[in-house]
Amino acid sequence: MKDQSMIPANTLCLHYNIEVSFVTALHQMGLIELEIIEQDPFIRSDQLSDLERMIRLHHELHLNLEGIDVVVNLLQRERKLRLELQALENRLRLYENH
Amino acid sequence: MSIEGQIKKPKKQMAFIDYYKLLGLSKTATDKEIKTAYRKLARKYHPDLNPDNKEAELKFKEINEANEVLSNPENRKKYDAYGKDWKHAEEFERQEKQYQQGGRQSTYGSAQQEYAGQDYSDFFESMFGGSGGSFNERRSPQFKGQDFNATLQLSLNDVYTTQKQVLTVNGQNIRLTIPAGVENGQVIKIKGKGAPGHNGGPNGDLFIKFHIDNHTHFKREGSQLYQDVELDLYTAILGGELMVVTFDGKVKLKVTPGTTNDTKVKLKGKGFPVYKKEGSYGDMIITYRIKIPTQLSKKEIELFKELQKLQAQ
Repeated sequence: MKDQSMIPANTLCLHYNIEVSFVTALHQMGLIELEIIEQDPFIRSDQLSDLERMIRLHHELHLNLEGIDVVVNLLQRERKLRLELQALENRLRLYENH
Repeated sequence: MSIEGQIKKPKKQMAFIDYYKLLGLSKTATDKEIKTAYRKLARKYHPDLNPDNKEAELKFKEINEANEVLSNPENRKKYDAYGKDWKHAEEFERQEKQYQQGGRQSTYGSAQQEYAGQDYSDFFESMFGGSGGSFNERRSPQFKGQDFNATLQLSLNDVYTTQKQVLTVNGQNIRLTIPAGVENGQVIKIKGKGAPGHNGGPNGDLFIKFHIDNHTHFKREGSQLYQDVELDLYTAILGGELMVVTFDGKVKLKVTPGTTNDTKVKLKGKGFPVYKKEGSYGDMIITYRIKIPTQLSKKEIELFKELQKLQAQ
């Protein structure tokens, strides 16, 4: 089984200079998952890049939580569409080559 | 030959980025307008919103650069005056002052006129680097002197206390205070103690790397000290007292009955000094290694057998 490290949310907030309430709000909006271990919130290490992106959107583009939610959802949809497009292009190329 | 005669027109045209144009602003834009334009473009080209889009990434970098310059009044002033080479503005002004003090104003004036139609990058290139000629030689740029690197070998005992040493580097005597607790491999920088600068440029720096030899039986990790202490079987089982050597003397330890092998004991404040925290010390961690008697007398063997029997009951 792949090891999954958990990082205390408090430590991350200190490191990124953000409020714990920001992380919990992201969790409440379903944008990141938090694990509660002995009453302390922890974040899985595979979620770090997502969290970092949301922090950047918040700090650099001054997006509020609702804005981040919209952006993340649209990006997910865009990514899904791009993958679909890529798959369709590949299929098309198969027919064109025949 | 006159100075003007030696100046060659630069062939290469530098790519000049017009930060105002980039942000879609005029030169008279207010701070608020700059901020608004930057935010609007940043939202459009932010790499997180344009994944795998190199073009957007590049554009975002340019926008950031533009914002960095134009949102800072001092930088903006320099940019307005010197264009792309605004970062060299101070250097340019210093050169200009030096040149004028040298009494070459009239000749330089004509050189400047010749360059009036050029963009600033080429203009600066001709002033600070690249194409030769006596014009450049006379106005050669200032350079920082070479940095010096030195290694200082000390023992662990030396760095237990703050040391004052006089080092001779390149003929210079440098009085150095080495704070207690300095680490092996640590480098300290002494500004301006490297080679002298060229043409009035700043001196280089001196970098001293500490090599700390540990000839003690202690193992050091930062301010923590570790040592293994041998404990005889009887004291381990029955308890007792033990004298342990620390860095600043001996300490009497109370051994609790039934101490097992590898038991660790922490002696608070008996470790190494914490770097640059006067009066603060780390801990010493003692690991007990229980020594099993190997050469037993007949009587001892009998007694151990008796003990074994008692254990089995």
